[in-house]
Amino acid sequence: MIELSGIYKYYPVGDGYVRGLHNVSLSVADSEFVGIVGPSGSGKSTLMNIIGCLDVADVGEYALNNYPIERYSETDLAMIRNRMIGFVFQSFNLIGRMSIEENIELPLIYQGIGARERRARVEKALAEVGLTDRRHHTPAKVSGGQQQRAAIARAIATEPALILADEPTGNLDSATGREIMDLFRRLSDGGKTIVLITHDAGVAARTDRTIHILDGMVAQSGEGGAA
Amino acid sequence: MIFQSIKMALKSVNANKSRAFLTMLGIIIGVMALVVLVSLVTSATNSVSERIQSMGTDMLTVSVLDEDNPLKLSDVDALAETGSVGLVAPVIQSSGSVKNGTETISVSVTGTNNSYFGVEGSELLYGRLLMTPDLDNNSSVTVLSYEAAEEIFGETGIAAAVGSTITMDSIKYLVVGVLAEDESMMSGMRQMYSVYIPVTVSQRLATGTSGISTFYVSAADPDSIDAAEAQVKTSLLTHFQGDEDAFYLQNMDTLSEAMNDVSNTFALLLGGIAAISLLVGGIGIMNVMLVSVTERTREIGIRKAIGAKRRSILSQFLIEALALCLIGCLVGIALSGAILAIINTFTADLTFTFSGSVVAIAVIFSTFIGIVFGLYPAWKAARLHPIEALRYE
Ligand SMILES: Nc1ncnc2c1ncn2[C@@H]1O[C@H](COP(=O)(O)OP(=O)(O)O)[C@@H](O)[C@H]1O
Ligand SMILES: [Mg+2]
Repeated sequence: MIELSGIYKYYPVGDGYVRGLHNVSLSVADSEFVGIVGPSGSGKSTLMNIIGCLDVADVGEYALNNYPIERYSETDLAMIRNRMIGFVFQSFNLIGRMSIEENIELPLIYQGIGARERRARVEKALAEVGLTDRRHHTPAKVSGGQQQRAAIARAIATEPALILADEPTGNLDSATGREIMDLFRRLSDGGKTIVLITHDAGVAARTDRTIHILDGMVAQSGEGGAA
Repeated sequence: MIFQSIKMALKSVNANKSRAFLTMLGIIIGVMALVVLVSLVTSATNSVSERIQSMGTDMLTVSVLDEDNPLKLSDVDALAETGSVGLVAPVIQSSGSVKNGTETISVSVTGTNNSYFGVEGSELLYGRLLMTPDLDNNSSVTVLSYEAAEEIFGETGIAAAVGSTITMDSIKYLVVGVLAEDESMMSGMRQMYSVYIPVTVSQRLATGTSGISTFYVSAADPDSIDAAEAQVKTSLLTHFQGDEDAFYLQNMDTLSEAMNDVSNTFALLLGGIAAISLLVGGIGIMNVMLVSVTERTREIGIRKAIGAKRRSILSQFLIEALALCLIGCLVGIALSGAILAIINTFTADLTFTFSGSVVAIAVIFSTFIGIVFGLYPAWKAARLHPIEALRYE
């Protein structure tokens, strides 16, 4: 599913550069649930942005579903994000003045799906995360855990092949965090490919496989604890 | 997708109503200025033109400019009722004062013949009009306008005016007729009370040349005014030996055309000023849209992350600006209608109506402004980098 080889990403800051990623190579197979673990500032988000086609590497090759990403225009990348990837962020990133239902519907609108089909998909996603009764609320009216569920519903509504989650439990208390991880577990069991970023070893332990990164480099790979 | 963009745009306008209203205010005022001012000018012109038409477009005014070669009364009379020409009325204008006891009333004296009343469409109320024997005998007789009779004899004395004499500039005139009240616009424009005397009497009283320098011509039938004009022109050219500058022919049509020209210029001028205020309204919209793009940077980042193309973001913000402009435009048009209705309750004899074309212009211009001033903020939103937009706090 994901093939990264020799990825470099440096950020220009002042006169010099800050290391984001340095010679990162990794691969994720279909239906895998992979945790990317590392301390703050180690380059995890940079990696997720590249995998998620939100940013491009300075050097290196990235193939998603065997298609080399470098070949694509910005419009194509938007389309890939829309159809193939579902994002879950630490800070939920729901649009505040839209209801939960409308937030979930948004990527489907960008996909050009008709209203009736959209309604069915939203319904399904809401049921899957258990938010059907909160659908008309705006994000501010529900708890953090419910907001993250809404974000997950938005991510899965388009039925993407890959779900990318950047510190999805970072803003949640540990009990709620566990619920969210249960949800990811369920999605993984349902066949989704999931790449989950965390600095929390406990969270990482619930993935199938962990990749540790440190200072922008892959430090070690190992088995997760959940399998 | 466009439908969705419209929905999104309307939603975000709706989400911030008071700001949206303030933003639209510039457009609302601009549209109101445009529609109201232009409607006022065009309605007023239309009504004036209509009155000119009702006064008879089958009428020519001929002015002789060549004083060395005056027209005799017989020359003028010779034109009457030949070919396309109907009535011909010589006109010698002067002013006089009528003694009424101790009071002196200033009057406008028109020396003319019977045809004058036909050309002008005046109605007789009492007595008779000027007749040919009056002219032939240089009779000191006069026909009074209703207003003049009212002023001289008082409202109750009008009926008895015929048969009385008035003294005007030391000459006694027998009043032979009183005209009905003239309700046309021209009577309102006349500042003095009109009295009519035989043109031959005027000629004798005149100090300088006694030629005819002005006369009115009506056409034999309403459709032949152009033929009559050509005919009068030909005979005058013969009289003045081909000198086109010796006389001036004025057609009522020409007058109403000139009137239209003036009003079009006016409408254009006022429309231009209103357009500038619309332009200022557009700048206001651009300002608010730029603020809105900055405020919603994170939202734009989210939309991009979940797959919005540049084009989608661009159209969303462009349509939002356009919606602000068009809603403002519609509100402005509605308010213009209300203002015109209010004005109409105060003006009894003039009805101001919407000028349809100015409403169309307002809509087109507002659309144009929405696009022009919405494009830059929308373009700024569309080119935001997704990650930087997502990091924006
Ligand atoms: N847009 C940016 N501009 C400059 N430096 C950045 C930018 N994004 C990330 N960095 C730097 O790159 C390094 C990796 O950051 P990041 O990928 O966000 O780490 P993590 O998500 O593991 O905390 C950090 O040193 C961070 O300061
Ligand atoms: Mg991070």
